[in-house]
Formats: sequence, structure tokens, C-alpha cells
Amino acid sequence: MVAKVLTVTSGKGGVGKTTATANIAAAMAAIGHKVVCVDGDIGLRNLDVVMGLENRIVFDIVDVIEGRCRLRQAMIRDKRLPELYLIPAAQTRDKSAVSPSDMVRLCDDLRQDCDWIFIDSPAGIERGFRNAIAPADIIMVVTNPEVSAVRDADRIIGLIEAEEKGPARLVINRIKPEMVRRGDMLSTQDVLELLAVDLIGVVPDDERVVTSTNRGVPIVLDGKSLAGQAFRNIAQRLNGEQVPFLDLEAQGGLFGRLTRWIRPGGN
Amino acid sequence: MHPKFEIKGIRDGLLVTLGDGLWAEACDALIEQIEERAEFFEGARLALDVGNYILHVVELSQLRDRLSEHGANLWAVVSNSPTTEQTAQVLGLATRLSKPKPEPPAKNASAEFHESDTGILVQRTLRSGMKLQYAGHITLIGDVNPGAEIIARGNVIVWGRMRGVVHAGAEGDESAIVCALDLSPTQLRIAGHIATTPQRRGKAPPETARLRDGQVVADPWSAGGKIEK
Repeated sequence: MVAKVLTVTSGKGGVGKTTATANIAAAMAAIGHKVVCVDGDIGLRNLDVVMGLENRIVFDIVDVIEGRCRLRQAMIRDKRLPELYLIPAAQTRDKSAVSPSDMVRLCDDLRQDCDWIFIDSPAGIERGFRNAIAPADIIMVVTNPEVSAVRDADRIIGLIEAEEKGPARLVINRIKPEMVRRGDMLSTQDVLELLAVDLIGVVPDDERVVTSTNRGVPIVLDGKSLAGQAFRNIAQRLNGEQVPFLDLEAQGGLFGRLTRWIRPGGN
Repeated sequence: MHPKFEIKGIRDGLLVTLGDGLWAEACDALIEQIEERAEFFEGARLALDVGNYILHVVELSQLRDRLSEHGANLWAVVSNSPTTEQTAQVLGLATRLSKPKPEPPAKNASAEFHESDTGILVQRTLRSGMKLQYAGHITLIGDVNPGAEIIARGNVIVWGRMRGVVHAGAEGDESAIVCALDLSPTQLRIAGHIATTPQRRGKAPPETARLRDGQVVADPWSAGGKIEK
């Protein structure tokens, strides 16, 4: 096995990088791939919380890099998905504890015995961001349908191109079809028109994501959640499968519900 | 032994001037020096004068990473080569150490100025944070996204959407113009005049902006129409 390294980044904070990392990784593990998640947000770690593994941390990424433990010892195995591992960030240090070449070395050591390495990048364009993208084969940019988030995504995509790590794949997170229909929110088309990159997923806004991240249970494990479905689709697309995008327009809204009620009766 | 580089203190940190030779050797020599004098360089703001080296993104970003591993922060690259300057700009590094004094606007010499003026053609999308600056005319095939900047001493022509900040005639040429297929800049400057895009409905035609009686005006392009100058 030679793993692919995927870095999830965004520029702006709070758009859902960590949630996306945890969920796509869980979806990937659920279809049988061995996945290692690396939290790149040293000093402000929270991938462990979202994955529900916080209470099992003994060693972290800085311990590995500074040689206080072996790589294996820092890998926490998820009990629900045995193919899913996490290397947590250190909370008591900061971004300068790790360099881009440390990250490259770490990933090279990991590559041999897993299928995917997911790196959760911190917000911003400084050291932490450069650490996170240094080893990446694929970079996924997460944005929200908001002007400020799209602006930052544009900057990040430019930096990724400059580092010759492109083309970036785009995830539009937290879209509200109802607001898009009313013209109160940027649509997928609006975002794509500006950013002009490949879209790999559109994730609808879903309140259950909040409960799921608070509880540390990935939403992809919830078969009913539309957001969970969207994350599962992204995992499949990363594996090269052609999966149609969710038809978010058909969901919700009185008209949508009406047509779905009438049709079965009419047949 | 010849020193491969020299270091001096400037207002904004340290200026390292690299001598000619092989780029890899020059880098190694510099890193070695930094390792030897780690305390001196820790947290330093570094500007680099790379002279005649022609550098591409990979080379420059590698050096930046190596420097950052040693705690030195590269913020500017000064070069004699336009390619290297462009690389530095792509990486978001400054290419001048301090703001140069604006040259006095050419008054009577404007005819000669235009004759000797050159232009560049750039084919790419300028994304937020990127800056394209040239002491002549700029033609860009691609979009200028919000947050990006184009600054030219002469005219600016954008075959695409112009949504960032554009400054034509940046050194005082009031006859400079800006054309774009979709001219909706965040801010448009011609010489010392500043304008913003008015709100409008629907799709805009290609337009040309110029100064007329001290006002920035934009005229729609139409087939067969004359571009007055």
C-alpha cells in the first residue's frame, strides 16, 4: 500500500475543515480503507474531540517528531471503525514545533502501511498551513457559500497553485438550498464561477452535524443525514468513482414535499 | 576564499546579497551560515537580493521553507530578473525593499514616453492576494478576482472579469485606460483618481474606463464603435 496524502484546508476558520476531515476519513474507513488522520493544528487541536478520541491521547505529533515515542505509539485507533487512526496535535506547543520537512518525513513513514493520510490544516496561511500542505498529494479546500469564506478560499487556491500542488478540489459546506432559492445565499454556481476549480462535494447545512461533532460521533455513521450522505459521496469520488451530486433543490420546501406526496398516490 | 554572500542590517531586518554561482551552493552556504549563527538569525526578517539568478517557484519556496525551519522569515526578494520577480510575487513576497519615490509625472514627454513604453502579456487568473505590477502596459488573459491587484504605469487590458483593484497610469499618466470584458473592479484608479464600480443590474458589456475632465468614466464597447483616445 502506498498512501495518498490529502490535506484539508480553507484559509478562513470555522468553515468546517475539521468536521470534513473527520467525516470523510470515517467514510473512507467504513468502506474498508486504512486511514490515518493527522491533526495539523498544533496548539489548538480539536480533531480528536470531533472524532471522539480525546480521552485516549497519550502521545502526540510533536512527541513523534522530537523522538519521544515511536510513530505507532501516537496512533490512536478508533474503536467503531478499526481501520481509522488519529495522530493528535500537541496542545501545549505551537506551530513552530513542526516544520514542513518534518511533515513530509512523517507522512513518508506512514505511507507504506495505510491507504490514505488525511491532514487537517489550521486556518490561516502561515506556518501551520505550510506544514499541512507540504506533504500533500491532493489538497481539498473547504468553503462556505459566504463572500468572506470564498475570498479566503481564492487566496488559498492561489497559494496552492504557486506551490505547484494544484489543482485544488473544492468542497462547499453548509449550503442552505432554501436560502439559495430565495436568492439570499451564494449558489454552487456563484462560488464555482469565481473560484474556477474542480468541485468534489456540496454538503448541505444540517443541525445534526452540530450534535454529532459535540458527541464525537461522525455524521457519516448516521444513515439518515443528508450531510452524512454528502461526505460519503466525497469519499467515493476521492476513490475515483463517479457519484452524482445530491439534488439539494428537491429536498425540503413545501413544493418539494408536495410533489413527493402526490406522486405515489397518482401512480 | 570568496564570500558567497554578504549580510547587512537594513530598516526592515536583514538584507542578504547572494553572489553569482550555482543556486544550490549559494543556498547551502547561506543555510550553513545561519546554522552557525542561529541566535543571530532566530526570528529575523530576511530580504534577499538574488542578483541575476533566474528562479522558479520550486526553488524559491524551497529556500523559504529551509529558512523558516531555521526561524528566519523571508519577506522580500530583490532581483534583476523579471522571471524571478514574478516568482516572488506569486509567492506573496515583496520585490522592493521600500516604496520607491514616485517619479514626477511626465508632462511634456508623454509622447516619447508612450513610444518607448513596453507591455507584458500574462495568461492566468489573478487570485486574492496576488499582485501584478509592471512599469508599462499590462494585458491579462484571465480573471482578476476580488482581493487581487494590478498596477501598471501604462494601460491595463483584461480579457476576463476585472473584480479586484486596478491602477493604470500608476506613476501619474492621466491618459491611461483600463479595459475589461466585465469591468467591475472593487476599486479603479487612473493616475491619482479613484473610483468604485457603481451598482448595476444585469450583465455588463465590455467597457473602457478613462479620465475625462478629472472624472473616471466607463464607456461600453460596441461593435464598430470608435475607441477615442
